[in-house]
Amino acid sequence: MQAAADHVFRALADPTRRAIFEELSRQGEQTVHALTRHAGVSQPAVSKHLTVLKRAKLVRHRREGRETHYRAQPDALSPMVDWLDHYGAFWRERFDRLENLLERMDS
Amino acid sequence: MTDTASSRSVVVEREMPHPPAKIWRALTEGPLIEEWLMSNDFLPVVGHRFTFRATPVPGWSGVIECEVKAVEPPERLIYSWGTLGVGTVVTWTLTPTEGGTHLRMEQSGFGPDQEPNYKGATYGWKKFIGNLERVVGGME
Repeated sequence: MQAAADHVFRALADPTRRAIFEELSRQGEQTVHALTRHAGVSQPAVSKHLTVLKRAKLVRHRREGRETHYRAQPDALSPMVDWLDHYGAFWRERFDRLENLLERMDS
Repeated sequence: MTDTASSRSVVVEREMPHPPAKIWRALTEGPLIEEWLMSNDFLPVVGHRFTFRATPVPGWSGVIECEVKAVEPPERLIYSWGTLGVGTVVTWTLTPTEGGTHLRMEQSGFGPDQEPNYKGATYGWKKFIGNLERVVGGME
């Protein structure tokens, strides 16, 4: 699997992070405060999740006064969208290896 | 992307000039599996939990957590396939043909929101992927 896809998958493996990402995709830019109200977990927890999402380039932030605003970056999902293609290629290659093994096996 | 979350799967099928029993061995005997797939501690026993181990890459341990779901020699073999928090199911189907066997592998994706790590999760993968399609669809 491609490293970029792994990163995105990891970031989105957590249900709270998925919820945050979805919320940002749906509602557009939001502050950490607003996200905390929606997420039902503490603000430090939300900030921690946002850091992981940021590292995977799934969100971007900008500071305005004392507030940090976050925005979803849906383009970052494209490696994940390609995921099935990766697995398709993976299995086709393994089928080749399986056939090769079968040739070498006695019945 | 127009397909729905429930229909997301990878299918690879091939006609092979070998009898089903022989292919079944390659699919179910650990040392043979290792030769074409990955190192493993597979046992053809329903409920057996095992791992496939690939070479780790940055951001991925290379470990795939699996559980045997069905063993019906020499016709059908099913195991779950979980890695990076994503649960999928791999189904092998062997159909005898005149010249050998029709081998079909289907990996159905993103399905099992009932995987233990997601118990109680509000935002399961299935729902997320469904929404993702809309997000990506709106990207163009």
